[in-house]
Amino acid sequence: MKLDVDGPAAPPRSNGEVVFEAPWQARAFGLAAAVVDTRFGGDREPFRQRLIAAIAADPERPYWESWAVALEDLVTSTGLLASDDIDRRERTAGVGRNPADP
Amino acid sequence: MTDDDHHRPVPPSPIERRVTALEQLLTERGYVPEGFVDEFNRAYENDIGPMNGAKVVARAWVDPEYKTRLLEDGTAAIAELGFGGPEGHYMRVVENTAGVHNVVVCTLCSCYPWPVLGLPPNWYKDAPYRARMVREPRALLAEMGCSLDGEIEIRVWDSSAEARYLVLPERPAGTDDLSEGELATVVTRDAMIGVARL
Repeated sequence: MKLDVDGPAAPPRSNGEVVFEAPWQARAFGLAAAVVDTRFGGDREPFRQRLIAAIAADPERPYWESWAVALEDLVTSTGLLASDDIDRRERTAGVGRNPADP
Repeated sequence: MTDDDHHRPVPPSPIERRVTALEQLLTERGYVPEGFVDEFNRAYENDIGPMNGAKVVARAWVDPEYKTRLLEDGTAAIAELGFGGPEGHYMRVVENTAGVHNVVVCTLCSCYPWPVLGLPPNWYKDAPYRARMVREPRALLAEMGCSLDGEIEIRVWDSSAEARYLVLPERPAGTDDLSEGELATVVTRDAMIGVARL
């Protein structure tokens, strides 16, 4: 998936390269790429608009957290997943799993 | 070092749990193809992630003062180039010389310096690598294509949540004419983990 180079939806970069600081950030990146690919026919605009909105809603929030918020908004507002299901799963997700071990 | 050192001192953050929940559900419902995220991440593992570390190494090769700072305080020297973050909180850089070869392992899980090397390769997380690199590093390195003369001392560094290691490889002969940017392209991920020499 192509990422914005500049503008409100552009990710943090270092010397032109996208920077991940933790495993979950790369997972979230890959997940959004997959959903855009499989459910939106490669059209990233619906996701991009939500990303811009998520960043605008909380400009101080770290970029990849806004990314995850945008991804969740995309999948819940289009009926792919229900927020309740995500809430329930979150309570058990990550238990007994090293977060550095994707 | 106790076993506890290997694990994060804090439980997964809310955002980590949320992303894990999203990944599990999206995969179970078939919206994300099995293995897609792994495959996607593999591209970063091999190409994009390790470039930050390569830039650190290239800088150390051309700037002796930077190298001194890097070996004294890896975290601070790496931050000078703009790299850092939660998985690179305490970085220690160990230098290869003609007589010493360093290699990094995480014996209990897969602690890895994300900000400089990107995603850990799958073999790094495998039990045989984690066990054998401690027990028989010379034999395992040879199997991985890195045969070392018997007189070269091998130092194995056990990565943990408290300290993550980066190997500073020796600058290859015949690279005197290369610029810092060109030198960075010579550095490989495997050399910075210590399973290869340049």
